[in-house]
Amino acid sequence: MFKIEKTGPIADKIYEMWVNAPHVAHHAQAGQFVIFRIDEKGERIPLTVSAVDGDSIRVVFMAIGKTTTHLASLRAGDAVQDVAGPLGKPSEIKKYGTCVLVGGGVGTACLPIIGHALRAAGNRVIGIVGARNAGLLILEEEMKKACDELHISTDDGSKGFHGFAADLLKQAMAREKIDAVWIIGPTIMMKVTAEATRPAAIRTFVSVNPVMVDGTGMCGSCRVTVGGETKFACVDGPEFDAHQVDFNALMQRMRTYQPEEKASLEKFQEHQCKLGGGHHA
Amino acid sequence: MHDRPVEIRVHDFGEVDTGMSATEARFEAERCIQCKKPLCVKGCPVNIDIPAFIREIAAGDFRKAAAIIKEQNMLPAICGRVCPQEVQCEGQCILGKKGKPIAIGELERFVADQERAQGMVMPQKKPATGRRVAVVGAGPAGLTAAAELARMGYRVTLFESLHAAGGVLMYGIPEFRLPKEIVKAEIDAVLALGVELKLNHLVGRSVTTKELLSYDAVFLGTGAGLPYFMGLPGENLPGVYSANEFLTRVNLMRADRFPIFDTPIKRGSRVVVAGGGNVAMDAARVAVRLGGKVTLVYRRREEDLPARVHEIERAKEEGVEFVMCANPVKILGDQAMTGVECIRMEMCALDASGRPEPKEKEGSTFTIDADVFIAAIGQGPNPLLIGELPEMKKGRRGNVTIDENGHTSMRKVFAGGDVATGAATVILAMGAAKTAAHAIDKMLREE
Ligand SMILES: Cc1cc2nc3c(=O)[nH]c(=O)nc-3n(C[C@H](O)[C@H](O)[C@H](O)COP(=O)(O)OP(=O)(O)OC[C@H]3O[C@@H](n4cnc5c(N)ncnc54)[C@H](O)[C@@H]3O)c2cc1C
Ligand SMILES: Cc1cc2nc3c(=O)[nH]c(=O)nc-3n(C[C@H](O)[C@H](O)[C@H](O)COP(=O)(O)OP(=O)(O)OC[C@H]3O[C@@H](n4cnc5c(N)ncnc54)[C@H](O)[C@@H]3O)c2cc1C
Ligand code: SF4
Ligand code: SF4
Ligand code: FES
Repeated sequence: MFKIEKTGPIADKIYEMWVNAPHVAHHAQAGQFVIFRIDEKGERIPLTVSAVDGDSIRVVFMAIGKTTTHLASLRAGDAVQDVAGPLGKPSEIKKYGTCVLVGGGVGTACLPIIGHALRAAGNRVIGIVGARNAGLLILEEEMKKACDELHISTDDGSKGFHGFAADLLKQAMAREKIDAVWIIGPTIMMKVTAEATRPAAIRTFVSVNPVMVDGTGMCGSCRVTVGGETKFACVDGPEFDAHQVDFNALMQRMRTYQPEEKASLEKFQEHQCKLGGGHHA
Repeated sequence: MHDRPVEIRVHDFGEVDTGMSATEARFEAERCIQCKKPLCVKGCPVNIDIPAFIREIAAGDFRKAAAIIKEQNMLPAICGRVCPQEVQCEGQCILGKKGKPIAIGELERFVADQERAQGMVMPQKKPATGRRVAVVGAGPAGLTAAAELARMGYRVTLFESLHAAGGVLMYGIPEFRLPKEIVKAEIDAVLALGVELKLNHLVGRSVTTKELLSYDAVFLGTGAGLPYFMGLPGENLPGVYSANEFLTRVNLMRADRFPIFDTPIKRGSRVVVAGGGNVAMDAARVAVRLGGKVTLVYRRREEDLPARVHEIERAKEEGVEFVMCANPVKILGDQAMTGVECIRMEMCALDASGRPEPKEKEGSTFTIDADVFIAAIGQGPNPLLIGELPEMKKGRRGNVTIDENGHTSMRKVFAGGDVATGAATVILAMGAAKTAAHAIDKMLREE
């Protein structure tokens, strides 16, 4: 059992959670993830390690389905049955020169840890955070600390630049020479944004999130096509060359369990309502 | 062997074979002629004193029989169920030459089940040596190495990346052949020897190789968990599974009980399984229990099927359709899979395995409508940890090279089971682990 030390919402439907997991905390590097299983009946879900402090790790997640909604209902002092990790390959940190980190929605949470590592390796880091609206912006202060400069965009113009993160990325490319880019966010956002750096062939990474089971390379559920080859995201990734990823196939695979996911969430919410609240469902 | 009726068992995951009664067991035990030079023991990779435990069954002392087995094998309820006895102990039994061999596996299982019902017998343990050994992977190899070393007085830490110990016993072999409660009970008996189990630890990530090599000795039992795919067009469409994924979702995550359990699975109404081994039979029979109409496609002839004969028979009884001498060439579908295109195979000259080599018959493609496809064509050694040990000598298929004592090319590091042999059997993994455990003991005592 892994004790939840601190948890709570940080934006609409987005939560942070600190969990005591020394084996992960002592080994996790930028870009790696963990697998949570809340209880005996729970599904194994991957979440990125977004910060480490002593024996604890932080995950930031969006409550979108059964498991993340359940996770959001837990409180400090509760526990998660299993936390496996750290898993996946760390981000490719080295001296590139100037790097841009582009975050979309909850994906932004993966960036500060990468930003710190890149700066420690001697890079200049530009942060770009995009969200649908101001209410969905997360970790602004943390991003400021992890980057040399930070730009914000919202789709509705409620804060910062009115438009998409991709536009800000193009502006940055017009202003100065960019040597490497990380784009982490919803799959469709990663697909579209990565097109900005393709013509100039700028080294660009995305962190893919296919459905996983074990996270150790044993099942192949997480397979993605990268440069025409099948890769297992949990051991070969999750970060891949953005210009090589077959995003359409990835999105198709991510929809595999849509009907089941809907049924599962509905059943859980019904159950939560019956308990009259949501806490400790 | 008493199989539950087909029409009942295909609707649940309860054990197919219900085992022997005490009377039947004693009756069977009395048939054993107690050979002076028992051939059966030679057929058992862990050298159980078979005539001795059978003698105790005949005498009605089931606990003593259990104690005899446990001297050599800490997982008898498991082995009694899944060992391919027909090519091991029972295959050697002298009575098999003229008639029916003794049902050694069923007897072993009977004794183990009796013991579990009455409380486990703890084997002898030597005084503590103060030395530490790390065992990686809690499958049959790792569990056996851990148990042996703990009994020899070592402080054993057993690392397992999943949330449950057991390896393939938990995630691969289905409940209806090997109930998970039984696996858990036998694992608990191993842990009761003082083995420290660290779940959720992927060695190479949660534990660095440097930390691993700080132990006095290391045993690698990481198995052959890497699923092979066939490289077919359409293979990444939703609905296409490796046998590992399909079986893990059901056995380990209980997707058969979705939505009570959270993990979903595609319940195909028409399922195609490719392969002919035990893994393919298991996948096919699980798919039957999820309500599918299942077709098994194998590229060679029926007599070449590598699965155990019993399991093939049971799969047929349960309604699995066998299409022999055919191979999938393409997964059809656009948003999700809709079918499998296959081609007929011709049997040509004998290959290295002594079986005719299958060759595609031109222009003989045909389509099977299906919404789920399961590739059960084999697994390779888990590359992750081995990849982090570049100085380790490896074989052609990525398997760890070991000598006859289970020693790898690295000092202090031993290995055994599927990681060394490629996908094999539970009892071979256990036998190899035992050999390595004794070699580790010898090495540490001579240091
Ligand atoms: C390497 C990796 C890192 C991730 N990091 C984060 C993170 O830091 N924060 C965050 O909010 N989300 C993250 N995700 C996505 C997160 O795992 C899913 O949101 C979560 O599994 C949804 O579960 P659910 O039951 O709440 O929703 P569901 O209703 O089950 O699913 C909603 C969507 O999530 C995806 N999903 C479902 N099950 C799984 C699964 N077992 N594995 C992966 N994806 C699944 C599917 O695409 C699905 O359409 C990450 C995914 C991966 C692969
Ligand atoms: C579906 C199926 C049916 C089978 N049926 C039979 C049968 O009827 N009879 C029979 O005798 N054999 C059968 N087998 C084969 C048998 O299960 C294997 O030969 C046996 O399990 C091998 O044991 P092992 O300990 O070497 O590896 P495994 O059982 O594979 O165990 C390896 C363990 O190591 C863990 N691991 C891997 N890497 C790491 C790491 N880096 N850090 C931590 N942990 C790690 C894995 O999670 C796993 O738990 C079957 C196999 C399958 C897949
Ligand atoms: S462990 Fe397997 S091979 Fe050995 S006696 Fe038992 S069933 Fe036979
Ligand atoms: S070979 Fe057969 S008859 Fe002889 S001891 Fe072994 S089980 Fe008994
Ligand atoms: S999640 Fe199973 S192989 Fe990646």
